[in-house]
Amino acid sequence: MRITLNGETEDVEAGVSIAEIVAGLVEDVSATAVALNGEVVPRSTWALAHPAEGDDVEVVTAAPGG
Amino acid sequence: MADATTGKNDELVLAGRNLSSRLVLGTGGVPSLDIMEAAIRASRTEVVTVALRRVEVSAPGSIVDVVRRTGVTILPNTAGCYTGREAVRTAHLARDAFGTDWVKLEVIADDRTLLPEPVELLGAAEVLCGEDFAVLAYTNDDPVLSKRLEEVGCAAVMPLGAPIGTGLGIRNPHNIELIVEAAGVPVVLDAGIGTASDAALAMELGCDAVLLASAVTRAHDPVLMASAMRHAVEAGRLACLAGRIPKRRHAQASSPFEGKPDLR
Repeated sequence: MRITLNGETEDVEAGVSIAEIVAGLVEDVSATAVALNGEVVPRSTWALAHPAEGDDVEVVTAAPGG
Repeated sequence: MADATTGKNDELVLAGRNLSSRLVLGTGGVPSLDIMEAAIRASRTEVVTVALRRVEVSAPGSIVDVVRRTGVTILPNTAGCYTGREAVRTAHLARDAFGTDWVKLEVIADDRTLLPEPVELLGAAEVLCGEDFAVLAYTNDDPVLSKRLEEVGCAAVMPLGAPIGTGLGIRNPHNIELIVEAAGVPVVLDAGIGTASDAALAMELGCDAVLLASAVTRAHDPVLMASAMRHAVEAGRLACLAGRIPKRRHAQASSPFEGKPDLR
């Protein structure tokens, strides 16, 4: 299944959860947030949220700026 | 910051939080995280603003670690957002990432001027205030817009002194004074500060605090400039409280003529 993850096309297993995607990107998830097709996926629901084919997933954290 | 002479407590209450420093530090443009940490400590700031960006898989260290080590309050911002919708979504992500309702709301019109887009800004402010965010709104030096932002519930208004990163200082001190006079919420001078005297002027004009980034992070010696800004903000605040003398067209002797010996 193909999704867009932080702007890059990625092949992921069908049924993968947001929690699994985040864990594959960062060790410390404490200051991380996720948007699925532009809308925030609350941290408490990461394990229950599953992107579908073609979905856009953004995983963000703090960066110097502003 | 306490008045050195009277010991009077002069804390700033920003979005329900008592702060003894009236300097808020941005983190954009910093050469390294080590320098940022040293600058934060030298500035004695208690609030630091950060942007939200995609995670970098192999990034060594993070600004989050610096925030934690220094114990400052994190103020997420919506830097780089061009629409209200994008800014609102960014605020939602920030709240989930950092567990804070604070947001520095920034909606810019274009990347040449980086000036706030007033219509999108006001709309986003209204949405976020309705969702119980503590919105600190980065705005033009426009007394009317500043008042509107306050009316929709912003916790602070943050007018620019000059466009972001220009270091041009406070281009319209009169407007800043008008904003301060009318404001029922804290006014934070945000953007345009170039050097310490600009920060002092902001405070002398009656601003409650100053937010700056580039003036420190892009200075030749960021840590030294952070210290300079700390002192400038304190000096400006004390001068504001002390009340400056009126400007006069003609000289006024400070020494009395009475009792002057006749030596002619």
